[in-house]
Amino acid sequence: MKVSIEVNGKKEEHDVEDRTLLVFFLRETLGLTGTNIGCDTTNCGACTVIMNGESVKSCTVLAAQADGQKVLTIEGLGTSQDDMHPMQEAFRQNHALQCGYCTPGMVMAAVSLVHDNPNITEAEVREGLEGNLCRCTGYHNIVKAVLAAAGSGGGDL
Amino acid sequence: MIPAAFDYVRVDSVDAAVAALTEHGDDAKLLAGGHSLLPLMKLRLAFPSVLIDIGRIEGLSYVRQEGDQVAIGALTRHCDVNASPELARHAPLLAYVAGKVGDPQVRHRGTIGGSIAHADPASDLPAAVLALGGEMVVTGPSGQRVIPATEFFTGFLETAMSPEEMLTEIRVPTATAGHSYQKFVRRAQDWAMVGVAVARYDGTTGVSLVNMGPTPLRAAAVESALASGASAADAAEVADQDSEPTGDANASPEFRRHLAKVLTRRALEEAGL
Repeated sequence: MKVSIEVNGKKEEHDVEDRTLLVFFLRETLGLTGTNIGCDTTNCGACTVIMNGESVKSCTVLAAQADGQKVLTIEGLGTSQDDMHPMQEAFRQNHALQCGYCTPGMVMAAVSLVHDNPNITEAEVREGLEGNLCRCTGYHNIVKAVLAAAGSGGGDL
Repeated sequence: MIPAAFDYVRVDSVDAAVAALTEHGDDAKLLAGGHSLLPLMKLRLAFPSVLIDIGRIEGLSYVRQEGDQVAIGALTRHCDVNASPELARHAPLLAYVAGKVGDPQVRHRGTIGGSIAHADPASDLPAAVLALGGEMVVTGPSGQRVIPATEFFTGFLETAMSPEEMLTEIRVPTATAGHSYQKFVRRAQDWAMVGVAVARYDGTTGVSLVNMGPTPLRAAAVESALASGASAADAAEVADQDSEPTGDANASPEFRRHLAKVLTRRALEEAGL
């Protein structure tokens, strides 16, 4: 089927198999490999992107369901040190990553959380990131980063 | 993981969905948020040949108070059920439980109708609607019918709906006299190993159990013990009566029975009993 999805502000029209998952559309059709596949079972959150302003797990959304919608990936936030989103910058400043595998999903989930709740508390951050697993950091610096970004544009879309 | 191939059909009305179900019969499945169905399809535990996407049908996402009931459109997402001021006021158990489903990403996609029609005994919302004594409005080729929650869940992932029917609305009574939902998990965001929902309304107390058998279960023995004046602690002792918990990597049947009793006592106490 033909889908037309606005990805990072750019309209992308492609013919895909009906069963194509959004994460494969992003990674393989568009070559946007910043979005990772982790568990592939809706648990780990590594594939989190923002669709119509809300975080979703792109391994559990069909490209067909995203047809006509707006999708934002980590590449849409920033791809170099000079154009980092405040949430990316806060992750860097607070050493909120080690191996980095969970980071794109973690950042997208965090942006969505802070977008919905700019005055977010530490407890709300911890609860709100329950759908994103990090096996390196113990979460402490991730929570610090999200709280730091919350006051400085971390929820901007 | 990639689902087996299927034909994707998008419909824009309930009538069109029912017509598509009638045309394709057992080979078709309805797709709303997809957060129960797509994982099963990726694991190849389900392989419908036609997916009918009802996610864009307009007018099926709402929460409305109607007399002494609250009506919830089947396509209302968990995040919207959780944030509904009407539900917070009139049926707070349902709003609270919706906020305990999965994680924020899941709640942005999953719908109450999808969760209930999927009828997973480990799911949160089916048990909540059962504890509330709710009812399901289903629409088929010959119109609408209403199925009480107590008759809706007929087996593991099976409901009283026929293959050409679609769940369109969930109704629960206003229940503001106390509520609780106790969900036991080893890790945040997990499915409940055991859960207990309690809702108090009209002078009665509804109690239901998550993951204590092939369907969500009404804890009838607890309810009748309470009706005869038993204390919360005493009533909780019969929580596992008539349940059939299975054993798996998370818990043995015996541990589940123990959890049901402990969680029922906590739930009844939190609900003010």
